[in-house]
Amino acid sequence: MGMEKFTVYTGTTVPLMNDNIDTDQILPKQFLKLIDKKGFGKYLMYAWRYSDHLYTENPDFIFNKEEYRKATILITGDNFGAGSSREHAAWALADYGFKVVIAGSFGDIHYNNELNNGMLPIVQPLEVRQKLAQLAPTDEVTVDLFNQQIISPVGTFDFDIDGDWKHKLLNGLDDIGITLQYEDLIAAYEKNRPAYWQE
Amino acid sequence: MAGQSIFDKLWDRHVVTGTLGQPQLMYVDQHYIHEVTSPQAFQGLKDNGRKVRRPDLTYGTFDHNVPTVDIFDIRDAISKAQMDKLAENVIEFGIDHAAHGSEKQGIVHMIGPETGRTQPGKFIVCGDSHTATHGAFGALAFGIGTSEVEHVFATQTIWQVKPKKLLIRFVGSPSKGVYAKDYILALIAQHGVALGVGYAAEFVGEAVDALSMEERMTICNMSIEFGSKIGIMNPDQTTFDYLKDKACVPKDFEAAVADWKTLVSDKDATYDKVITLDVSDLAPMVTWGTNPSMGVSFDQAFPAIKDMNDERAYAYMGLQPGQKPADIELGYVFIGSCTNARLSDLKLAASFVKGKKIAPNLTAIVVPGSRPVKRAAESLGLDKIFMEAGFEWRDPGCSMCLGMNPDKVPEGVHCASTSNRNFEDRQGFGAKTHLCSPAMAAAAAIHGRFVDVRELVEGM
Repeated sequence: MGMEKFTVYTGTTVPLMNDNIDTDQILPKQFLKLIDKKGFGKYLMYAWRYSDHLYTENPDFIFNKEEYRKATILITGDNFGAGSSREHAAWALADYGFKVVIAGSFGDIHYNNELNNGMLPIVQPLEVRQKLAQLAPTDEVTVDLFNQQIISPVGTFDFDIDGDWKHKLLNGLDDIGITLQYEDLIAAYEKNRPAYWQE
Repeated sequence: MAGQSIFDKLWDRHVVTGTLGQPQLMYVDQHYIHEVTSPQAFQGLKDNGRKVRRPDLTYGTFDHNVPTVDIFDIRDAISKAQMDKLAENVIEFGIDHAAHGSEKQGIVHMIGPETGRTQPGKFIVCGDSHTATHGAFGALAFGIGTSEVEHVFATQTIWQVKPKKLLIRFVGSPSKGVYAKDYILALIAQHGVALGVGYAAEFVGEAVDALSMEERMTICNMSIEFGSKIGIMNPDQTTFDYLKDKACVPKDFEAAVADWKTLVSDKDATYDKVITLDVSDLAPMVTWGTNPSMGVSFDQAFPAIKDMNDERAYAYMGLQPGQKPADIELGYVFIGSCTNARLSDLKLAASFVKGKKIAPNLTAIVVPGSRPVKRAAESLGLDKIFMEAGFEWRDPGCSMCLGMNPDKVPEGVHCASTSNRNFEDRQGFGAKTHLCSPAMAAAAAIHGRFVDVRELVEGM
């Protein structure tokens, strides 16, 4: 089973410029008890998005503003996805509809979690993110993974991504399937582990 | 050629294939699992007809959902389903585990070291961001997501890009009343929660050498709180002495130690960033805000608002710049978590509690990190000291560190907590967490507010 391919994607943006948005905020612990990967979108940013425990929307939270409801590209601050390793945070972002997150930096564990779910985490400096945050809710932004570019009404910006990850995303490849092709190397490595661990 | 750091040496030892600077396929010596981040990974294996490649290198426990008043009284049906699922999966896939209710059960980062599975030189992963705890032993250990858990199950390997290297020197010697928890909280307060993003952190210096294994684990445990998913220390005689009698260490322990002694940083190892912190200057730390860098020393005032992040934090906590830790009115005290629920933490906390009573209108709970710690503490009479003072003495689990189980701080209440995260809603919806050492938490329980443990230890 491969993941969804990511090649060229066009969508609209929503800015949430706080720094250090942690994975506890993205997907709170009371929703970590579920045992499948689907349906987490409803719980995304639960404490900020709802004003009570009956899922009454907080009208001041930007995701709830009518004009931003279709946004699929999140523009945010530094160190997005800090803290807990919970992949449930990435499942929630993806299930809500986000395809791209543009941040100043990412928590190291969360960064891989986004990629493993066919999302594209992009690092951009503050100047660029401030420009993107000024876009109108209807402005379309195209993220071209092949050419590693963000094309927007406020400019075109290059981004970096590791070549192997790019290849996997462009082709929607199954990581485990790829790794299993290295079976001989893994078996050979195992034979050479220290003798004191081989008893 | 420049020397290598311990991290370089462990990295090189575990490369199966791949080129430096790109994702490399790394071999995993030990995979720890718990009930929260494993079910979807097991399901992925089943969907694809795959097996766990090395069940013998995998070890499981139940910790996040576990109720601590009566561990068998799981009233939340969804929690129960998640725990049952792990119980089912470990049997189906042949994985050794600390069964729910067994004498071995505890928080995953407690039982790895306690059983001796955590050893120098190992490459250790777990679907939990506090996995860096095991780095205290000279292991290369970090938290992973559930897709990665599934990958490790199926292949015993993981693709990783080698992070940059951050060296953190703790020099000097601390005042009485200042502990390992204060070192790490002070480091994060001074350098921020993003200090280590993209880096593997190595902790060195005479102040680290002087610490026990349990204190070292407290520091490595919180590496992720400044952004480093890896925190590592060089193994030494303290490490080997801790491990030598543990159940799962190599039979040929001498041979292992001889090898482990080579897995330390060379004197001329190089780093991408170096930070020095003199622990002689530190005071007990308390956090005031909603991430671990929002902390001050006991007699310091909370800082001015400098950006929208501070503004939001003050609004959530209901505090003002210029106030001090002693001004916070506490309603809860939590002594527990994978950061500070080991025997030495409980002994330290008990020394501030013995013969005293907790403040009126305050709830205080002690949650040992594992069943063996609970038993050892009871054999020392610590349970009686805590209970006579008015603390609740609970069964082991993650408990109030993350409020996934019945243990939660009520909305709006301030809690002195020995855990690792003061994020919004972490300990319960609207809970206001103040991170501190076990000594500060215990003393705060007696007084109903934070007090300076440096003054209290004078007479002890």
